[in-house]
Amino acid sequence: MDAIIQRLTPLFRDVLNDDSVTITPESNALSMGPAYDSLAHINIISAIEQEFDIRFEFAEIVGLDCVGDMIALIGRKLAVAA
Amino acid sequence: MSTDLFRYPFDLPLIARKRRGLRDELLAGGPFTDIKVAILGGSTTSDVEDFLELFLLAAGIRPTLYVSPYNRFYEEAVVDDAALCAFAPDVVFVHTTHRNVSAWPKLLAAESDVAALHAAEHGRFEAVWRNVLDRTDCLLVQNNFDPPEVEPLGHLGATASFGRSSFVARLNQSFAEVARRTPRLRIVDIHSLAARVGLSAWATARHWHHYRMALTTEGSALVAHSVAKVVRAAFGKSKKCLVLDLDDTLWGGIIGDDGVDALRLGHETPEGEAFLSFQRYCLALKERGVLLAVCSKNEEATARAGFAHPDSVLSVDDFSAFFANWSPKPDNLRAIAASLGIGLDALVFIDDNPAEQALVRRELPEVSVPRARHVTEFADALDREGYFEPFTLGAEDVQRAAYLKQNAAREAVAAAAVSAGDYAAYLDSLEMTAEIGPVTAAYFDRVTQLVNKTNQFNLTTRRYTQAQVESLARDPRYVALYGKLTDRFGENGLVSVIFGREDGSELHIETWLMSCRVLKRSLELAMFDALVGAARRRGIEVLVGHYEPSAKNAMVERHYESLGFERTAGEPGGAAVWRLPVSQVTHAMNTHIRTKGDTDGRHHPETDAAISRCAE
Repeated sequence: MDAIIQRLTPLFRDVLNDDSVTITPESNALSMGPAYDSLAHINIISAIEQEFDIRFEFAEIVGLDCVGDMIALIGRKLAVAA
Repeated sequence: MSTDLFRYPFDLPLIARKRRGLRDELLAGGPFTDIKVAILGGSTTSDVEDFLELFLLAAGIRPTLYVSPYNRFYEEAVVDDAALCAFAPDVVFVHTTHRNVSAWPKLLAAESDVAALHAAEHGRFEAVWRNVLDRTDCLLVQNNFDPPEVEPLGHLGATASFGRSSFVARLNQSFAEVARRTPRLRIVDIHSLAARVGLSAWATARHWHHYRMALTTEGSALVAHSVAKVVRAAFGKSKKCLVLDLDDTLWGGIIGDDGVDALRLGHETPEGEAFLSFQRYCLALKERGVLLAVCSKNEEATARAGFAHPDSVLSVDDFSAFFANWSPKPDNLRAIAASLGIGLDALVFIDDNPAEQALVRRELPEVSVPRARHVTEFADALDREGYFEPFTLGAEDVQRAAYLKQNAAREAVAAAAVSAGDYAAYLDSLEMTAEIGPVTAAYFDRVTQLVNKTNQFNLTTRRYTQAQVESLARDPRYVALYGKLTDRFGENGLVSVIFGREDGSELHIETWLMSCRVLKRSLELAMFDALVGAARRRGIEVLVGHYEPSAKNAMVERHYESLGFERTAGEPGGAAVWRLPVSQVTHAMNTHIRTKGDTDGRHHPETDAAISRCAE
C-alpha cells in the first residue's frame, strides 16, 4: 500500500498543482479541498491509468469513496495484470 | 519556460496531468497577443479548453475564454446569441463531433430521403455559421465529423447512401464546400485526426457515457492543437523559413568526404528514397511560399555541388539563403534571418545532428528546433506541428521566394551604390512605380495577412482579423490605404498599409506598416504623400501619428520625426504621440517613385504633380 501511495502522491500534486498535498488512505474528495473538483477527478483517473498502465471500467470508478478504495482497486488490477 | 513541450511530438499524458501548473508557468512568460475565444461545444469541452489555452499561450497568444453551457452550441449561436455577441469574440470554435448528428438515415432509406436528411442536418450547422459570421467579426472554426465509432452495416456503411460512414462523408463534403467560399469559416479536419490516432485512442464509451466527453483527453488535445494551428496562422504566428542542414538531412552521406556520386539520394536504395521524399516535401512547402535556407558546415562550392546530383529534387535556386561555411550554426542562423529580413522566431531548423540541435536550442531559443533526428521523421515533425500552417494561399505566397530572389539582385546594386556614396542614384536606377489606393475587397486577404505578420516597419503592431479589416475599410471615418511597388526587377506586390481614423479635425494614424521586402526604398514617403492628399480632401487639419514600441519595431521609432511631426506625448524609447498640421506640408516628400492610383478614385493633383516631377 505504501508503495502505491508513494507513486500516487506526485500525481495528485501535479493534477492539483500543489506540492504540499499529502494523501492517506482516508483522503477523499472533501478532505482534498476545493481544488479537487470533478475535472481534477477525471484527470487523476487518467493519470493513474497512465502511471500504472491499467484501464478502469466506469463502474469501478463510481464505487470509489476514498484514496484507500483507489489503492485497493489499483492493487487488484496490478495483481490481475501480473 | 521552454515551449518545446507543447510542440509535436508531445507527451500528452504529462501535459494533461500538469496542466494547471503549466498554465501558470506559461502565463508568467510573454509578451502575449491577447484575443477572445468562444468555445461552443456539443459535448463537455473542459479538456479542449485547457489544451487550447496551453497551446495558444505557448505560441504567444493569451486567450480569454468564453464557453457555452454543455451542448448548447446551436442555441448560443442561433437562438439566444446575446451573451456570445456581448463577448465580441475574435475566434469562435464550434466543437462538435458525430455525437452531434441529430438524426441518421434509416435502414434502406431512399436516396431522396437521405438527401433531405442531409440538407436538414447541414442546414442546422449552416444556420450556426451564418448567424455567428453576421453578428460578430470573428474567425469561425468548425470541426467536420469524425467516423462513427460503430458501423452496424459493416463494410456497406461506407457505400450504401444510408450508411453512417456515407452520411458523415456527405456532411464533411458539404461543410468543405461552404468553407471554400467563406474565408472566415475554417474547418478542422477531425476525420483525418481520428484516423491518425486510431478510433480506440480517439474516443471511448467511458468518456462519453460517464463524462459526456465526445473524445478522450488525447483526442481533445489533438483537436485543440489543430484549432491552435489555425489561430496561430490567423494571428501571424506561423513560421516563415525552413532552415536545412545538408549531410544526412537532405541527402545521405557526407559530401565533403564521400563526393557527390556517393551520396545516398534517389530510388536506388530505401534510404536514398527517404531523402528524396523529404526533398519533395521541402519543395512542396517552398512552392506554397515557405522560404528555404541552407545552414551547413561545408565548403560552399562543395555544398552547392550536392544539388547537381542527378536525383536531387531541390536545386540551389530553391533556396532564398545559402550559408555553407565553418561558422557556428547559431551565427549562420542569425545571418539567414538578417538576410531575409525576418525574425529568428520565424525560423525552423532541421538538422540530424543532436549536438547542433542542442547548440541552437541553447543559443537561440527563439528558433524552433523540431525533435526529429532521422530523415524519416523530419516531414512528420514539421507537418504535424504545423509550423508553416497557411492561412491564405494567394499569388503573394507563391511569389514570395521570387520576390526575395529579386531582392538579392537589388541588394547587389544597392551595395555598389552605397559604396559609391550615392543611394539616391540607386533608388532612381530601380525605376520604381507605386500604386497607392483605398483598400477594397480585392485586397482584404492580403492586407489582413500583412497587418498580422509585419513586425519591423510597424508603428503600432496592431493586429486585425479579416472581418475587422473589412468593416474598417468600409467605415467612412477611416482612411485605409494600400501600396504596391514595382521596379525594374519585378513586382513586390502589396507591401504597405495605412489605417487612419478621422476624429474631428484630426486624423489618427492607427496603423502604418510596410513589408520588410521593401525597406529603404522610400515607399513610406510616397505613402505619406498619399495620406496627406487624402487628409486634405477630407478637410483634416492635423495628422496624429502613434508609435507603440514592440520587441521588433525600433527601426520606426523616429519615423514620424523624419516626416516633420513633433512629439507631443511620450518619451524616447517608449510609446509616443506625434502631431503634424497638414498646412505645414508644403511639398511632396517622395522623389524616387512614380505613383499611380488614387486614394479615393477622384482627381488627385498632388499625385499628378509627383508623377510629372518624376517623369522629368
